[in-house]
Amino acid sequence: MAKMVRLISKYCGNVRPDSVEDYVKAGGYAALKKAMGMGPLDIIEEVKKSKLMGRGGAAYPTGIKWEQAYSITKNPKYIVCNGDEGEPGTYKDRLMLGQNPLQLIEGMTIAARVLDAREGYIYIRGEYKAIQETVKKAIENAVKAGYLGDNILGTQFSFHLEVVSGAGAYVCGENTALVESIEGKAGRPRIKPPFIKNAGLYLKPTLLNNVETFSCIPYIIDNGGDNFASYGNEHSGGTKLVSLSGNVENRDVYEVPFGITLRELVYEIGGGIPEGRTLKMVQLGGSSGACFPEAVLDTQLCYKDLKSKGISLGSGAVLVLDDSNCIVDFVKCIMEFFVHESCGKCTPCREGNRHILMLVEKFADGTATKADFEKMKRICDTMKYGAFCGLGQTATTALITCLKYFKEEFEEHIEGKCRAGVCSLNGKEAK
Amino acid sequence: MKGTVVSEVLTKYDNSKDRLVQILLDLQEESGQNYIPREWLEEVSQKLDTPLTKVYDVATFYAMYNLDPKGRYVIEVCKSAPCRSRKAETLAQSLEKLLSIKMGETTADGLFTLQHTSCFGACDISPAIKIGEKVYGNLNEDKLAEIIRAYREGQK
Amino acid sequence: MKTVNILIDHINVNVPEGTTILEAAKKVGVSIPTLCYHPDQKVKANCRICLVEVKGSKGLNTACSTTVWDGMEILTNSKMARDARKTVLELILANHPQDCLSCIRNGSCELQKLTNEFGLNKISFDNVVERKAKDNTNPSIVRDSSKCIKCNRCVEACNEVQTVGAIYNSHRSYEYNITTAFDMPLEESTCIYCGQCSLVCPVGAIYEKSDIDKVWAALDNPDMHVVVQTAPAVRVSLGEEFGDGRGGIVTGKMVAALSRLGFNKVFDTDFTADLTILEEGTEFIGRVQNGGTLPMITSCSPGWINFIEKFYPECLPHLSSCKSPQQMFGALAKTYYAEKAGISPDKIFVVSIMPCTAKKYECTREEMRSSGYQDVDVVLTTRELARMIKQAGISFDSLEEEEYDDPFGITTGAGAIFGATGGVMEAALRTVYEVLTKETLQNIDFVAVRGLTGIKEATVNINGMDVKVAVANGIKNARLVLEKIKSGECDYKFIEVMCCPGGCIGGGGQPVGTTNKDRECRICSTYEVDKSMPLRKSHESPAVKAIYEEYLEKPNSHKSHHLLHTHYVDRKNK
Repeated sequence: MAKMVRLISKYCGNVRPDSVEDYVKAGGYAALKKAMGMGPLDIIEEVKKSKLMGRGGAAYPTGIKWEQAYSITKNPKYIVCNGDEGEPGTYKDRLMLGQNPLQLIEGMTIAARVLDAREGYIYIRGEYKAIQETVKKAIENAVKAGYLGDNILGTQFSFHLEVVSGAGAYVCGENTALVESIEGKAGRPRIKPPFIKNAGLYLKPTLLNNVETFSCIPYIIDNGGDNFASYGNEHSGGTKLVSLSGNVENRDVYEVPFGITLRELVYEIGGGIPEGRTLKMVQLGGSSGACFPEAVLDTQLCYKDLKSKGISLGSGAVLVLDDSNCIVDFVKCIMEFFVHESCGKCTPCREGNRHILMLVEKFADGTATKADFEKMKRICDTMKYGAFCGLGQTATTALITCLKYFKEEFEEHIEGKCRAGVCSLNGKEAK
Repeated sequence: MKGTVVSEVLTKYDNSKDRLVQILLDLQEESGQNYIPREWLEEVSQKLDTPLTKVYDVATFYAMYNLDPKGRYVIEVCKSAPCRSRKAETLAQSLEKLLSIKMGETTADGLFTLQHTSCFGACDISPAIKIGEKVYGNLNEDKLAEIIRAYREGQK
Repeated sequence: MKTVNILIDHINVNVPEGTTILEAAKKVGVSIPTLCYHPDQKVKANCRICLVEVKGSKGLNTACSTTVWDGMEILTNSKMARDARKTVLELILANHPQDCLSCIRNGSCELQKLTNEFGLNKISFDNVVERKAKDNTNPSIVRDSSKCIKCNRCVEACNEVQTVGAIYNSHRSYEYNITTAFDMPLEESTCIYCGQCSLVCPVGAIYEKSDIDKVWAALDNPDMHVVVQTAPAVRVSLGEEFGDGRGGIVTGKMVAALSRLGFNKVFDTDFTADLTILEEGTEFIGRVQNGGTLPMITSCSPGWINFIEKFYPECLPHLSSCKSPQQMFGALAKTYYAEKAGISPDKIFVVSIMPCTAKKYECTREEMRSSGYQDVDVVLTTRELARMIKQAGISFDSLEEEEYDDPFGITTGAGAIFGATGGVMEAALRTVYEVLTKETLQNIDFVAVRGLTGIKEATVNINGMDVKVAVANGIKNARLVLEKIKSGECDYKFIEVMCCPGGCIGGGGQPVGTTNKDRECRICSTYEVDKSMPLRKSHESPAVKAIYEEYLEKPNSHKSHHLLHTHYVDRKNK
């Protein structure tokens, strides 16, 4: 496994998750100590040099985000961590939060130092309740040890962190929905502008990053932005946590340098397809991500290379499907997810998802006609270009890309054939 | 003097409206039947001086809340793509057979409720289910039967 | 002001910075379709019917929420924009009952209008309408949630304008809804029946409960003597229902239409408005002189009464005990008028034409039976009256103006301004000043209390004492005033509260689509009516003088108390 490196996951499994003692002994909190002696702009400069891009999915350059947050003069400012991790197939934040939350806490503390923020929140999905307790313990212990809370490391700098639970809503991964949820409301996205950097939590300037993004910060400060960047390629700096799932031999979270190919990921690190089956499809970035066949696997894991193929890295989830799966059945499953998770606020997403699901169900039933392709396309386009937030805009990515690469499977269903033998095609018989 | 269940939970969160999501999670746990009774939501609305409609909105928005009583153990079967690729629908069928109920129903003894859920991040061990906070993965029919038996016995 | 140059549909236009695409497009004569947009509300951008293409943008942009930048190139009618808008409309229609012909909003529905404009000849997507039972168990408002398109305008009216929170969002995805908590009937909710939701609803999802049939039945009954009263605010809005400009004064035509419909007598609520001033003014003077509860707050607005009973029962002692003018009228119609006309009260049917949905509930209150019968039998809103006139085929425009009937037709300008925020206060000051000082008021126009500002203050020196008064319109503002009273930091002596923004001229029973611009015009007209009156102070009204002489003796007399005053009930947590 020459392709794997451990920069940000290096302490995972080697320290007790809530033990400050273990973490410090292993080298933790060196970055915060260093940061205390650095100016905010110097810290931002290192983050910029690292070429770190937001790891939640939007891939916005973290250094620039911090710089913008720093330039906003209104106070107070909040630091918020997105640990909602709702994208199916993604469980990397579970690893970071569950095995080494202190690194995240350290990263957030450094961010607070930069922005002179006094309060921060770690929003963790409700399904990770046990992990929330671990993180709360870690926070408590960090406060006791003087790394968090009042007068950090004996200085005037104080920063308080609190864990906030979600309660089962994928849409809360969207920044503005997430702050609504922290404020105790239903997580429906807000209209933008204002952006959360100006008016986020409690309508105050808010810096919001993903668990993985904040967890990269200590390494960057400790070793320098250039060092981190050098692990990736020219366009994408550092390493990425990828979550492998589906029909692949070694399902786990792996830290890999940018520039690795998807083929290496699936066949070398992932160990290939079990039970002698063949690969049918890979979906990258979770249920909102693009689907593609084996031929696309030589693409590099790199924001630019992926983009040239019309693919987003998203959360870094890699879902592998073998030939026992049916594409129509898979898309049906994806659409069921989005029908369940749409917040309902805007017309395209509220109404569009369910109509697409009904149309895909017609394919699964064998009752679809050629005209249904056009109907699906109309709704897909309207959602992609016209939905209120990212959820609606990406809900049909799987369908759109499956129609691009696997349209013949849909066409076969019109003829009453499911090559994987998954769909019942009941409607066809009834007809 | 001991306050009501609601007032005790509210006190834990300084009677703060901002903590409504957490407050309702705690109340659901307190109910013992995995749901939030209507009277409790009304009490929350009054004590937090926030319209009942807004409390109701939160309670109906998030998937983890139930407004009707559920079984003591809610068994959640993941229906997202990673689990489906590992044939999670057979888990649902096995559970329906084992418990003699359909998805969405509760056993007559009030012990188990069976329902679907979105991905809860156990994709490394899919197909997976969740019972309360506990996650079980790499499941097949035999393992499921064992798990259910253990819960039933733990009951006695 | 900084301006920017933009290109809309290849036409150059210069607009102020911060202009939205929607506003900018109007400048080049393009009207982009909207549904959730409302000129008086926050931008919501949730319906997505106003999508347009902006060169260089990733997707499409909503015209209502996107502000222009210098050099922006906008295509409002590109194929991409047209296709998306059409799909959005079809998605809405696939979940909207297609019973337009029997819908109350047939002809005034924004969705219907758009469908017509889009030239839609079929809906491509399967019908997913789930018919739910209507909530029509209260006297004022009907909710037909199957028709709701989730635009959230009513949510803003209920939660932000009125801070009542009876309806709000619930659930998610296709179950996303705008409803009461637990879908309870409105009467069990905190609803105050103000009807502001019904003014902003673009479709037929929430509207007034129609009582037209009851009125036709009374008019058809030869044994009934049917009298009608018209509120001050109706004469400046009814014309809009017949294509008149904003706020046209149509008093004479309205009276003519009512006689044509067959009402035996057409009276004016302005008369009992004048009477209210005598009663309320006397009550106020009494409270000041005898150390009664101050500040005293007006009680003419039934939505406001519902609010204070449901939300602030601890403040009830501040309310004047006076009934609203419409209820005073009802009580007198079935007593004083019945005697005078020699008609048994059980043969008198009283109809009120009101700008208000809460009045429908008010007339059913059990306290409102001072005559021994239900004092007012039916309340119709401005909208319902317009509908009746149309049903009867009366050509409103060509009607010859007619005068109100006696004895309840002689009124003053003070009664007329009851319809606008500040009007009750101004009318009261005109009288209270003269009664207390026994001097003639030099300038009777209290302009400080006029207009749409949420809370207005004025100080009047009466006999060397500074009397500080306040006027609040819209419940959000009324709530602020109550909080001030509760915290003890309130030095007002007298407060006027009207439930609806702008007062009754902006009431929940007024023409749908009423905007603040409309409110301003109606306010203007209201003061024009005032100015045109020979008498402008309530205590100078000969009709008022006569009724005290003939019947009520004096303001706040025992008889007045029986007929013209009421009491209030704590309805919190009920």
